[in-house]
Amino acid sequence: MNILDPQGPIGVANKTILIDSVAIMLAIVVPTIVAIFAFAFWFRQSNTRAAYRPDFAYSGRIELVVWSIPALTVILLGGVAWIGSHQLDPAIPVEGTGSPVRIQVVSLDWKWLFIYPDQGIATVNTLTVPAAAPLQFELTSGSVMNVFFIPQFGSMIYTMNGMVTRLHLRADNEGDFQGLSAHFSGDGFPDMLFDVHVVSPLAFPDWVASTARSAEVLDPGSYGKLARQSVDIARPTYRLDDPRLFDAIATQQIPPGPGPHITRESAQSHLGAADAR
Amino acid sequence: MLGKLDWSAIPFDQPIPMITSGVVALVILGVLAWVVLAGHLPYLWREWITSVDHKRIGVMYMTLALVMLLRGFSDAIMMRGQQAIAFHSQGYLPPEHFNQIFSAHGTIMIFFVAMPFVIGLMNLVVPLQLGVRDVAFPTLNSVGFWLTATGALLVNMSLVIGEFARTGWLPYPPLSELTYSPGVGVDYYLWSLEISGIGTLVAGINLVTTVLKLRTRGMSYLRMPMFCWTTLASNLLIVTAFPILTATLAMLILDRYFGFHFFSNEAGGNVMMFMNLIWAWGHPEVYILILPAFGVFSEVVATFSGKPLFGYRSMVLATMAICVISFMVWLHHFFTMGAGPNVNAIFGIASMIIAVPTGVKIYNWLFTMYGGRIRFTSPMLWSIGFMVTFILGGLTGVLVAVPPADFLLHNSLFLVAHFHNVIIGGVLFGAFAGYTYWFPKAFGFRLHEGLGKAAFWFWLIGFYVAFMPLYAVGLLGMTRRMQHYDIPEWRPWLIAAAFGAVLILIGIGFQIAQLVVSIRRREELRDRTGDPWQGRSLEWATASPPPVFNFAIMPDVRGGDAYWEIKSRARQQDIEKQEPDYEDIEMPRNSPTGFVCAFFATVMGFALIWHIWWMVAAGFVGAFATFVVFAWRDHDEYVIPAAEVARIDRANLAERRALAGAAGSA
Repeated sequence: MNILDPQGPIGVANKTILIDSVAIMLAIVVPTIVAIFAFAFWFRQSNTRAAYRPDFAYSGRIELVVWSIPALTVILLGGVAWIGSHQLDPAIPVEGTGSPVRIQVVSLDWKWLFIYPDQGIATVNTLTVPAAAPLQFELTSGSVMNVFFIPQFGSMIYTMNGMVTRLHLRADNEGDFQGLSAHFSGDGFPDMLFDVHVVSPLAFPDWVASTARSAEVLDPGSYGKLARQSVDIARPTYRLDDPRLFDAIATQQIPPGPGPHITRESAQSHLGAADAR
Repeated sequence: MLGKLDWSAIPFDQPIPMITSGVVALVILGVLAWVVLAGHLPYLWREWITSVDHKRIGVMYMTLALVMLLRGFSDAIMMRGQQAIAFHSQGYLPPEHFNQIFSAHGTIMIFFVAMPFVIGLMNLVVPLQLGVRDVAFPTLNSVGFWLTATGALLVNMSLVIGEFARTGWLPYPPLSELTYSPGVGVDYYLWSLEISGIGTLVAGINLVTTVLKLRTRGMSYLRMPMFCWTTLASNLLIVTAFPILTATLAMLILDRYFGFHFFSNEAGGNVMMFMNLIWAWGHPEVYILILPAFGVFSEVVATFSGKPLFGYRSMVLATMAICVISFMVWLHHFFTMGAGPNVNAIFGIASMIIAVPTGVKIYNWLFTMYGGRIRFTSPMLWSIGFMVTFILGGLTGVLVAVPPADFLLHNSLFLVAHFHNVIIGGVLFGAFAGYTYWFPKAFGFRLHEGLGKAAFWFWLIGFYVAFMPLYAVGLLGMTRRMQHYDIPEWRPWLIAAAFGAVLILIGIGFQIAQLVVSIRRREELRDRTGDPWQGRSLEWATASPPPVFNFAIMPDVRGGDAYWEIKSRARQQDIEKQEPDYEDIEMPRNSPTGFVCAFFATVMGFALIWHIWWMVAAGFVGAFATFVVFAWRDHDEYVIPAAEVARIDRANLAERRALAGAAGSA
């Protein structure tokens, strides 16, 4: 999950900007901290060699310098921020080899649903993608807000009910990684960890074909069961009944998740992940 | 009859809240019993509860803050403990409990520790620094304090009766809507902040008016001490920002109580609107807290360097620039919501621009030390600790203002480390510096230095041990608010952080010991001069503690660093030996309005939380009746005769001269 060990171009670019920004700031922060210690030490009361200047309270030259240093740093960093925001806008497609893979993400209480509309399949809490191909995510939420984040791939983005956000990523190396929700969403929130499998472009169609043979079908009925609050350890896979299911969720044709089941006790809200398990 | 309230609201099956609240209840009952049996009740009622003296109200604010700090810290150390052990396990706190704890921790630390601490310092010090006898609206001031206390009381009642919010310190919908949070927790949050928010707004109006309208002769704006400037800026922000909070929470209340759809998923509600509104208050709030702390450091660094503040006009400009720009940066709290690149870039750059005046302040403190004779008292240690720590917090803050970097760090423990770095290293260190610095002014004796320094070192080292690992674990992808986790790389850092929390606990232990020891040895720590630190501003020109009217004769200010200038003039002209002309002084009468109002507000807030409608009506009628009675009052002032003023002032001057004479002959 180390964001300093990125596995794709977006993560690499995010990390480069992160490191560059820190380096730019350290260039003034380190001398300033040294000066604080040096001045505090040298001008201690017991040091008779230090000059006491009880009326020294203004110097135009020093004022100019102290306004300039942070201003120049911010101008430089502001440029980094402006260029970075435009180049790394999550809505911009990423280059890659092979045909782009479209993935529709629905955050639910407390699991992730990944729909592959072009392949006609869907998975829960496990995301399988081909290496080096552009990944086009469309994201929404089936209940409360969450943030979709695979730390080693880079940029995260919010999921919100009734809205679609867009994110483009690419994974360059085959392997197993993890993603999580980066926004608190209730009692089962820490269990929204999901597996990410980056497979070779050749293996991906095989995986799609085997998943398409799943016994279970994802339709509004089985989605309704998924949308109920629960923590799932299992990783079910589905055949997709209607490729427009995601649009039905995002446009609220399928209503958002029902929240906790209300009983006399849960009015006191003791229904938590522990019970749901 | 009792709305939603019944016996199931008391968590009999959960030992932690039951034992804690049992102990707290015993302590409260014990203190109450002692107060009543030892006959202190009339004294407390007369001198504190109904007092409209700004110094007393300031002390009460800070007492509230220190007590709530203990509660907030208990939450903190429980969370650190939970995350240290909850690897591949559920730890000892189930999610519904853990989620209440982090929500309560944030709410309490911001609204009931940091806010009352800085408002208390401003209340205590600003009228003294301006050379005046009271604040602009003394009774309103008392109302403001008691409404803040009401909010704190409601939050703490949720520990025993029902539950607190499980939605974080800012209850983002739709999670905080009735659908996903059907319990009373969010209601506790909403009503305690609505009530205390009104108290804060009242305090803000009062302090803005005080600085703008009440200044002694010759105290022009550019002769005001820096703390008065930061007070002005901070309270202007309170007056402009807190209504946004009140309105936003009111909309959420309408959603929850009357089925409105401001922020719901359905019927055109918009969750993004809540985030925008709450941060339009929330980011200025950060500066509401830090600006008074900047003011404290300006006073402390100048005093203990034996020099005027370097670049005073620059500092004023920087303070007011922060005040204005702080309203233009709120969107950086949700760069990852998918706004376009222009929006993100502009708000990112605005957030960096605010670092410029902040950086200037650091350099000005640095050059205030340059050419000084620095005395390393504990307030000065807090200040130097602050300067170094705050620069690091500023660095990480500017880092997350770069949108592409924030795409990796948003909501991670890196972010948690960043804002603790600026709030502990900035606001809290400032509050502690101010507490040590002005304690002798408030009570007439100094705090024990040795224990104060021990507390400083444990807090400083504890802070670094607790929060540097959180930066690291944030870089390892860990998000905030995780009740348990399965990633082995995170664990060592979280154990280190828990150890840091223990170091801070020891620091707090030293602070308690410092207070106890100082009270017991108050005779040897007594400050008879009124000026224990060789101060530069007017609060040191009067006795410690000051008489109720602050100044027998209103000071005449002829320059910046007013008291320093008066002292040097007095040395040249021997001016203090002349007997001034004492006059009668009018002071505001005590008033129980604040306390009675707060009593009814507590009743009403509790009733609203539990839907006990007849009690809501009773509380409302009571609060309104109190207001009417207060509005129709006849005598709101009393006169201290000139002879009495002269007696008090002569005694004070005689004591000072005796000390000066003793010092001169020695």
